[in-house]
Amino acid sequence: MDIEQWLYSLRPRLRSFFYPKQVDQEMKEELREHLELQIRENIAKGMSPEEARGSAVRAMGGITQIEEQCRDARGGRFLEDLVQDLRYGFRQIRRSPGFSALAILCLTLGIGANAAVFSWVEGILFRPYPAVAHQERLLALAGTARGESGATGLSWPDFLDLRRNCTLCEESFVSKITGSTLSIGDRAETATGSIVSSNYFDVIGVHPILGRGFEAGEDVGNDSHPVVVISYQLWRNRFKGDPEIIGKMQRFNNVPHTIIGVAPEGFYGTFVGWAMQFWVPASMEETFESGGYKLEDRGARWIEAYVRLKPGVSRTQAQQEISAIAARLETSYPATNRGRGVGVWPLWQTPFNNASTLLPTLEVMGAVVAFVLLIACANVSNLLLVRSFARRHEMSVRLAIGASRVRLLKQLLTEGLILSALGTGGGLLAAYWCRHVLVLLLPARSGVAMYLPGEIDARVMSWSAGICLIVTLIVGLIPAFQTRNLDIAEPLKAESSGVVGARGKGWMRSCLVVFQVCLSFILLVGSALLLESLQKIRTTSPGFITTRVVTTGVSLTAAGYNATQAKVFQDELIDRLSALPGVDSVAFARVTPLGYSTYSSTSVAVDGYQPPPEERPAIEYNQVGPGYFATLGIPLLFGREFTRTDDENAPLVAIVNQTMMTRYWGGQDPVGRRVQVKGGWARVVGVAADSKYESMRETPRPFFYVPLRQDFVRGPALNIRTSQPLPSVLAALVREVHALDANLALYEMITLQEQVNRSTSPQLVAVTLVSILGGLALLLAGVGLYGVMSYAVAQSTRELGLRMALGADPASLLRFVMSRGLRLTAGGVLVGMVIALTVTRLLGQLLYNVSPHDPGVFGLAFVVMTTAATLACLLPAWRASRTDPARVLRD
Amino acid sequence: MSKPPDLVQGTLDMLILKILALQPLNGWAISQRLKQISSDVLGVSDGSLYPALHKLEHRGWIRAQWKSSENNRHAKLYSVTPLGRKQLEKETANWNRVSSAISGIVRLKEA
Repeated sequence: MDIEQWLYSLRPRLRSFFYPKQVDQEMKEELREHLELQIRENIAKGMSPEEARGSAVRAMGGITQIEEQCRDARGGRFLEDLVQDLRYGFRQIRRSPGFSALAILCLTLGIGANAAVFSWVEGILFRPYPAVAHQERLLALAGTARGESGATGLSWPDFLDLRRNCTLCEESFVSKITGSTLSIGDRAETATGSIVSSNYFDVIGVHPILGRGFEAGEDVGNDSHPVVVISYQLWRNRFKGDPEIIGKMQRFNNVPHTIIGVAPEGFYGTFVGWAMQFWVPASMEETFESGGYKLEDRGARWIEAYVRLKPGVSRTQAQQEISAIAARLETSYPATNRGRGVGVWPLWQTPFNNASTLLPTLEVMGAVVAFVLLIACANVSNLLLVRSFARRHEMSVRLAIGASRVRLLKQLLTEGLILSALGTGGGLLAAYWCRHVLVLLLPARSGVAMYLPGEIDARVMSWSAGICLIVTLIVGLIPAFQTRNLDIAEPLKAESSGVVGARGKGWMRSCLVVFQVCLSFILLVGSALLLESLQKIRTTSPGFITTRVVTTGVSLTAAGYNATQAKVFQDELIDRLSALPGVDSVAFARVTPLGYSTYSSTSVAVDGYQPPPEERPAIEYNQVGPGYFATLGIPLLFGREFTRTDDENAPLVAIVNQTMMTRYWGGQDPVGRRVQVKGGWARVVGVAADSKYESMRETPRPFFYVPLRQDFVRGPALNIRTSQPLPSVLAALVREVHALDANLALYEMITLQEQVNRSTSPQLVAVTLVSILGGLALLLAGVGLYGVMSYAVAQSTRELGLRMALGADPASLLRFVMSRGLRLTAGGVLVGMVIALTVTRLLGQLLYNVSPHDPGVFGLAFVVMTTAATLACLLPAWRASRTDPARVLRD
Repeated sequence: MSKPPDLVQGTLDMLILKILALQPLNGWAISQRLKQISSDVLGVSDGSLYPALHKLEHRGWIRAQWKSSENNRHAKLYSVTPLGRKQLEKETANWNRVSSAISGIVRLKEA
């Protein structure tokens, strides 16, 4: 049928498909009309009315038959055939429940894995904020530093300038994650929330169910608007859903805030990975952020923001305009903005939340689940092939009694459709159950509600339906292909005896097995590479001791301490803790390495060193207390550690790291030389070995330390080096802290190892998921190999019996069957190895210090694959070796 | 119900198209015209006409419309689509070719 005809015939076909009753009615009316006219004609010819009617009906023939023929002519059979095929298909499934269950299970696993991963991609990357209006036009907005990848924060003044000058942006808003202590009744806890611009709720189109959102102007000033909107969960769980909550006071970080609104259920804020529990306006920044009042400081880069583009504006256009604005800011404010830019990212690459950390993992998962699906399809096709042999007789008979081949094909496809539809249903169910699995894989932190939901929406559904159709075609057409040259006479002939070693009709099944082995091998290599990376990343030294150091913090800022009180408290606490048995060393530091908080950075100048123009003058630094290097076990290459005498009254001092020494002083011992830091000149008193600062993956970079007392913050982290187990340290610490001030709350206490582990959690997620799916793939491939081999053995009992009768011993038959199975495996492994050598590169940044061609990993994958294949072939081979020649010959 | 012979069945489509190419008609009028033209030789019963019409409609060669005819009767009027005209040309050409070949053979026998 050509296109033109198809177009012309579409309308009547659609009509009879969708309105069969009406079409039928019209046909009857037409026939009645014919009779009427004929009767009139007859009467006109002079017949009596009865004669006229009789003659007309006779001329017409049987009405019912004509109607039936008309229905046939219309092709309205399609639906009836489908119903018939469906009924038949379900009967087939019921008749061999074991087979069907296995096939549906395979497909459920394959399709379910795809649906789950796609629902995560949807829920985490593409549509992360379901409650937010127009999120398809949202972009993440953050700062960039010339010559460095990744993002920095934005300063509040820069953000305001951007918002004012960006013509392509419809709206811009700030949403910066922050933490707070929260005491309700006698329970004190930490909670996670966002510092937002006052337009936040209006822009994202989220309306509080109680009270109001923020009003314009509430993000202006310093601690001037202590108001808070709380999340639905916080309202229900901590305030028992109090309907009179609006207007009540609640202390956040020890500052009383008025609760002005309750966010609706299902709104978790705008931070991928964590559910926000409260929102405060930017004017409350100093209460929640360390480092003082920053709303007027263009050099303080702390903001994370979003823009919503006007409709029809592309990201490239927006980036161009924003870059131009950033360049103007750079010329206007060189002191703070030199070398600084502003970037926009699509939501799925948002640099400051878990989207960017999970992106590489989810990308790899997408490929992996496609492999698993293909393996599952190969398995089901194989199963159907076996059955299509068993059903040769049935098919031939149906052909012989006049079924068209198209009709047989339709029936095979219908059966495939039933299997894949059930598999898809099961898969979606599995994906629904798995929608919160990612949270389980990530290490828990106290005070943080992890929220990484899979989103099963229309797009995921249609994606799964698409997969279902493809699967239907694969699993339906492969057996159909095998039966395409079915000979009607064949079943009448003697059952042709199969030969285990021969190439014949089994070639397609063998191909499928080779294909499966190949894909599983690639997945094995992938999982082994990731495992090896994880191993390396967790055993590589970060440059400091991780096992016997615990880190925590005391919320002095929240408790309302001023700087003087905080200094006294810190010194007293250090003295008390140092005196405890089992405590080797204690030190404060503003940031502990590899934690979530970010370092401050400052421009640096050194006598006699002229930085190249493209080099960003700012270097990151940490404010650390006396004994920091001893506590974390960072070796000092030259000079000394900070002491208590390096305080605000003493001359400024600094300790630089090895890379900084190499770059700024050409590797010469810089102790005694001076360095300009934050406008003042400091004397270098020591050189520390390089270590990891923000991530295990970073390369060595210049870094320096200044004494905490000379750049004071009230809420530094406390690091304790101890031989005691963590709980007893915690108990002692709580005792000592409360001896000083009973109202103080401690932050979560963890070992530095735990801190390192958290920073490498994306790798852990990737390893866990890929390993699970790799194992699944291996299992499926094993089942496939086992199926092929057992079938081959069952088909060739005659041949095996003959061989035995002719003198072959069981061992040689065992070898014979095994060698065939292992040949298939070897073929698959070989192809898999070639492909794996090219595709493992794509694991890219999930790999750490492991070559994508690591011979050890390939060797391991080879061993595992061969072992699995041997196990899968062993049973059929053993069965072959037990063939009873006498019985075979008798049969 | 006995089917008309194959030759006739193939020709019936062509006859219907030919008749409708002249003017749109309802089923009854088509049957009258058929009888008139073929003087009942082809033995097209009214019974085989309607399935043929429905088949042609589904192939997109003719289209049907419900219209109020004279004296306000509701009638289903069939007309030929452009596609149907093409098909008619094809079948006519075919028919001419086959019939001239056959008549040639018949004459050959006589000679």
